[in-house]
Amino acid sequence: MPDDKKIIMRKKFEILGKDFINGGRVSSEIRDILKFLNLPSSVVRKTGIAAYEAEMNLIIYARKGEIDLIISNSSIEMVIQDEGDGIENIELAMREGYSTATAEIREMGFGAGMGLPNIKRNSSEFRISSEINKGTTLYIRIDINE
Amino acid sequence: MENITTNARKALKLKEILQILKCEIIWAEDDMLEMLIDRAGAADLMSDILAFMRPNSLMLTGLINIQSVRTADIAEITAIVYVRGKKPSQDAIELAKEKRIPLFSSSYFMYDACGILYSNGIRGHN
Repeated sequence: MPDDKKIIMRKKFEILGKDFINGGRVSSEIRDILKFLNLPSSVVRKTGIAAYEAEMNLIIYARKGEIDLIISNSSIEMVIQDEGDGIENIELAMREGYSTATAEIREMGFGAGMGLPNIKRNSSEFRISSEINKGTTLYIRIDINE
Repeated sequence: MENITTNARKALKLKEILQILKCEIIWAEDDMLEMLIDRAGAADLMSDILAFMRPNSLMLTGLINIQSVRTADIAEITAIVYVRGKKPSQDAIELAKEKRIPLFSSSYFMYDACGILYSNGIRGHN
């Protein structure tokens, strides 16, 4: 991270578990903000995909949570924190194709075990930590000049 | 569908795609039908769309819920074709209008729809 990092904008978004109808609304709003700020289309795309996968994960698996969006002159950062069951085995959860989703979730087109790998693929930095019966925290950074 | 020959890669207008896939328009504005498409992808898994599809391509899916449109928007998809004559849910149509993503319904099955598009010059993402 460069020393002269300047925060342009910071905004928190609340998300409710099982709120499938609104699933993706926050990511869409984040995309609109980035577009409004005239950020490069590749940054808008990566951030949109990472935010959407994280938002859907939260809706599918957690009771509630939030996305903290921090836009600076050098990067987009998102801290996604949820209250939920947590992830038992993070290494497994990161594996493409591994999922604990129910049949109902799969019928909706999610829970294919691609969410976390997709987030990682679109991030400059990705960190995940989880505590059983407490919740999961993701840190996502997407650099603007890559 | 007999005697199919495969054309070299080429772009088609959305209105030409509507014709060859025998589509019903669920929602689109007239000027949108002039948009050119040269790539398509098909999936019922939204993460696959997000992982593998390039912007400005055509998405074929059997998934009809609001997330199909949400995913298309995030993945910067030009238009959605629902296969097997499926019609998207009303909330999906409303979101498509808001996001200006044209929606079509084709009576072809997924495999056949893809084959027809490929043979007409539309390529995938490999």
